[in-house]
Amino acid sequence: MNDDLALPPKTFVARGLNWLPSLAIIATLAAIWEIAKIVFAIPDTKLPHLFSIFTEFGERTQGGNGPLWIELMIKNAGATFGVAIMGFVIGGLLGCLLAVVFAGSELLARGCLPYVVGSQLVPLLAIAPMIVIGIGRAGAPDWLAKSLIAAYLTFFPVTVGMLRGLRSVPADALALMRSYAATPWQIFWKLRLPSAMPFLFTALKIASTASVIGAIVGELPSGSPIGIGPVIVNAAQYYSSRPQNLWAAVFVSCLVGLFFYALVSLAERLVVHRRIAA
Amino acid sequence: MTEPLIAIEGLNKIYQSAAGPVTALANVNLTIQPGEFISLIGPSGCGKSTLMRLIGDLTQPSSGAIRIKGKTPEQARRDRDYGIVFQAPVLYDWRTVERNVELPLEVMGVARAERTSRASEMLGMVGLNDFVKAYPWQLSGGMQQRVSIARALVFSPSILLMDEPFGALDEITRERMQQELLTIWARTNATVIFVTHSIPEAVFLSDRVVVMSPRPGRIDAVISIDLPRPRDITTREMPRFFELATEVREQLRH
Repeated sequence: MNDDLALPPKTFVARGLNWLPSLAIIATLAAIWEIAKIVFAIPDTKLPHLFSIFTEFGERTQGGNGPLWIELMIKNAGATFGVAIMGFVIGGLLGCLLAVVFAGSELLARGCLPYVVGSQLVPLLAIAPMIVIGIGRAGAPDWLAKSLIAAYLTFFPVTVGMLRGLRSVPADALALMRSYAATPWQIFWKLRLPSAMPFLFTALKIASTASVIGAIVGELPSGSPIGIGPVIVNAAQYYSSRPQNLWAAVFVSCLVGLFFYALVSLAERLVVHRRIAA
Repeated sequence: MTEPLIAIEGLNKIYQSAAGPVTALANVNLTIQPGEFISLIGPSGCGKSTLMRLIGDLTQPSSGAIRIKGKTPEQARRDRDYGIVFQAPVLYDWRTVERNVELPLEVMGVARAERTSRASEMLGMVGLNDFVKAYPWQLSGGMQQRVSIARALVFSPSILLMDEPFGALDEITRERMQQELLTIWARTNATVIFVTHSIPEAVFLSDRVVVMSPRPGRIDAVISIDLPRPRDITTREMPRFFELATEVREQLRH
């Protein structure tokens, strides 16, 4: 056993240095990108210059008379983010519920888990219209119909991660609860659920990025004009003449995913009070 | 002779393993008086931990009987007669030290004010007053085990079951913890069942040392430790301490 107390808090400079590797990787990738363009003489229509992707954000839309592209994209990103959050919440709650049920009944877990896994093997592009249009026709509001694909992608990692967490309680910790003559209800709230939190948050991090993809896919069949999904479809049509537009849209959707991931990581720090291996 | 606190008669425990049935305990008989400090010592596989777990109703015997104050172990467990300390501290790392110690009281429905005062009293007893708001992972191994002992004693159980509680600590910390355990024990009326594989530890702590041997797990001898109490560092230097340690060692070699 070591006698070390908690590590001292990291200084501002040390925190900054943590970012150095990621920045170095970005710089390297950018360099490879631009060097490849020169070495292999790749034309701008196949691979645009990086700066032209970023200047795209400053272009005016609607033939030079509309708002800046970046203004529109912020609006679209916000809409997609809203759909992703909604799907994340629905899928997260469903995943937790399923995990609790499966943890309580081995029979149900064995019977249902293959179908839970199977649900993720169906091609997403094929079922998106079935779900979004089907549920829309059934009278569901637009935001719910769009969120369901994000929920569909979210519930799976949450079910699997949460179930693993609920089952991972050390035998001695359970023995202690037994010695206090704790009820199953107390064992769940005071031991199983808190023990599962690190597993839940690992799953939620995976789910956060997946739900952004789900939101984009869910926007497509809904016929709604706002969101990153319609922007990507539109930009893809003009890719051969104006490729930087699609690249910029991809960049925005990555930023939304990163932002969501960061939010979940922050929540994890607030909820899970323990030494996290950095 | 007072009424025994724990009476064990003809106890057998057989595990089913892949290689066939394994006799973990064969015909174990033992009576333990209230307030006694009993050590179970023996090599790996002698069933000392199994015996402790059977007493604590953490596992069930194949045959034979255990009576705790005339009750079954299950009834004794429901009456919260057992405080348990394992080799690993098994603290809940999402709870502060204080809230870890309060956990059994929480489960038992004790009011908040009383929980806090009892936890702080226990933490004072194990010398962790300054660490009530710390998290377990901020403490050293020895300190974590002190929290574990405080948690086991906070609801004043009549029996304290300890499964190699100091086994993971270094020798210096270990001797200090043994001393502290005796001090704490003297302030409670608890009967202690202490599983160990350290001869000096068993001799220093116990009223009686139960020597066990494997294949099948059984009791070879029960050695009374007549060293005077309170015991301290000088006890370890007494000729009688060495005689008793030698007696336990020779019994283990049989």
